Amino acid sequence: MSIEVENLTYIYNPGSPFETKALEDVNVEIKSGEFVGLIGHTGSGKSTLVQHLNGLIKPTSGKIVVNGIDITDKTVKLSDIRRKVGLVFQYPEHQLFEETVYKDIAFGPQNLGLTETEIDERVREAMELVKLPFDELKDRSPFELSGGQKRRVAIAGVFAMKPEVLVLDEPTSGLDPRTRDEVLEEIKTLHDRYKNTVILVSHSMEDVAKLVERIIVMHNGKIIFQGTPRDVFKEVETLESIGLGVPQISYLIRALREKGINLKDDIFTVEEAKKEILKWIRSRKNV
Amino acid sequence: MFKDITIGQYYPTGSYVHELDPRTKILVTFALIAGLFIINTFVPYTYIVAFILGVVFISRIPLNFVLKGLKPLRVIIIFTFLINIFAGQGEAIWRIGPLSVTGEGIYKALFMAIRLILLVVGTSLLTLTTSPISLTDGIERLLNPLRKIGVPAHELAMMMTIALRFIPTLLEETDKIMKAQMARGADFESGNIISRAKGLVPLLVPLFISAFRRADELAMAMEARCYRGGEGRTKMKELKMDGRDTMALVTTALLLVVLIVHRTMV
Repeated sequence: MSIEVENLTYIYNPGSPFETKALEDVNVEIKSGEFVGLIGHTGSGKSTLVQHLNGLIKPTSGKIVVNGIDITDKTVKLSDIRRKVGLVFQYPEHQLFEETVYKDIAFGPQNLGLTETEIDERVREAMELVKLPFDELKDRSPFELSGGQKRRVAIAGVFAMKPEVLVLDEPTSGLDPRTRDEVLEEIKTLHDRYKNTVILVSHSMEDVAKLVERIIVMHNGKIIFQGTPRDVFKEVETLESIGLGVPQISYLIRALREKGINLKDDIFTVEEAKKEILKWIRSRKNV
Repeated sequence: MFKDITIGQYYPTGSYVHELDPRTKILVTFALIAGLFIINTFVPYTYIVAFILGVVFISRIPLNFVLKGLKPLRVIIIFTFLINIFAGQGEAIWRIGPLSVTGEGIYKALFMAIRLILLVVGTSLLTLTTSPISLTDGIERLLNPLRKIGVPAHELAMMMTIALRFIPTLLEETDKIMKAQMARGADFESGNIISRAKGLVPLLVPLFISAFRRADELAMAMEARCYRGGEGRTKMKELKMDGRDTMALVTTALLLVVLIVHRTMV
């Protein structure tokens, strides 16, 4: 499922002294099956942009075309769009409400009007995806779980709807490093398994570098550039000037290069860096 | 969806009215309310309308923004109007079934509707021109003399401050949870009353949980900063009345006198 955003502008509180332009003339295209990272500083408009994608916010002006349908059109049923575009909000555990984990995850599929057996399948599958033991946790109250588990239940609640486009707004904020890596890994598994479109909103360069195929950088309500991680992370100065940066490992590589060590200049994951540094060490031994 | 509610909202412009002492503005508002109940004919309404328009003009708040505050109350205003229009005594001008509209009914209905509108507009001016914090400061100072008879003035003011402080936060939270549940296919808008009430569960449970969590965290944060109630607590910004406050109070007093004189004369 593809998404096209054309000349999107959104103004908060128009006509009052609190008027602020959250998005200004945003144009972006996301292809079917793509894994995209949306990065930007706090207040850059990324959360506002993703809420437009399933019609939770109506644009002040501009168009959003999901799979050929302009969702800003008044005749479009937004509930249809919402079953196709799933949105995991920031701190999604704050939306848990049911008595048991099972019921909470089943809330979305139920609203889709599925049968009991289908719902049961979906819940099992979603829990398996986020690595929550089904038999152990299904009857527990979501409120007595740990922070990481709550987050997983909430994410599973959206996974279970099997959206064709999955948008995750900072799914790892406030998690410990291990849980963070696991959650990202689970998102990747989901993408690999269903080939759905995934949009990952984040301000962590590390998270994005490892996973996505394309990065969209936002600043002050505008998209300032986009491209593969390789291309985007070359723009160290621009990224730093807008309060972002590149993955820490890139800084290490840069420091090493300044010392005259011959390494590639487009390394942004630890694994890649390890390979390159080992290669360099071996090449020295051979000399 | 909550943007239409202007009652209780603060509209900063830094005008003369905004800079008045909150106590002055509270007293003026009470005088205005009293004035609205003193009068019994239409003519003195013009004085009150002139007074309110004057305040709106000086405060530099757009008039249509002030009037927007009436929107959520239109049902109540229309309802009052309809009840009164049918409640009059005397000769019927017009009949609908058992109900009859009389001259007195029309007179009374118009009178009550205008009174309600002016009440809402007049009181909303208080919150539009006074930030919640200075408003509760003012209330605390006005209640201070009552402490001798056991009114917990500081605690009441603190409770109000906190409640007001959390209105926008909770509205934002409601909005966020609503969107999150809508993204999961929840429907808050269609269906009959029972299914709508049931539909609110996914909204209310998380909202209550977060309200309790916030209350708990706030209490902890206040205690961590040694908050122990109003005893011996000093203020960073002491409220001071000056010449401008006297002027505002004198103007209001004059208005009240005029209204009372008008009533006794007619």
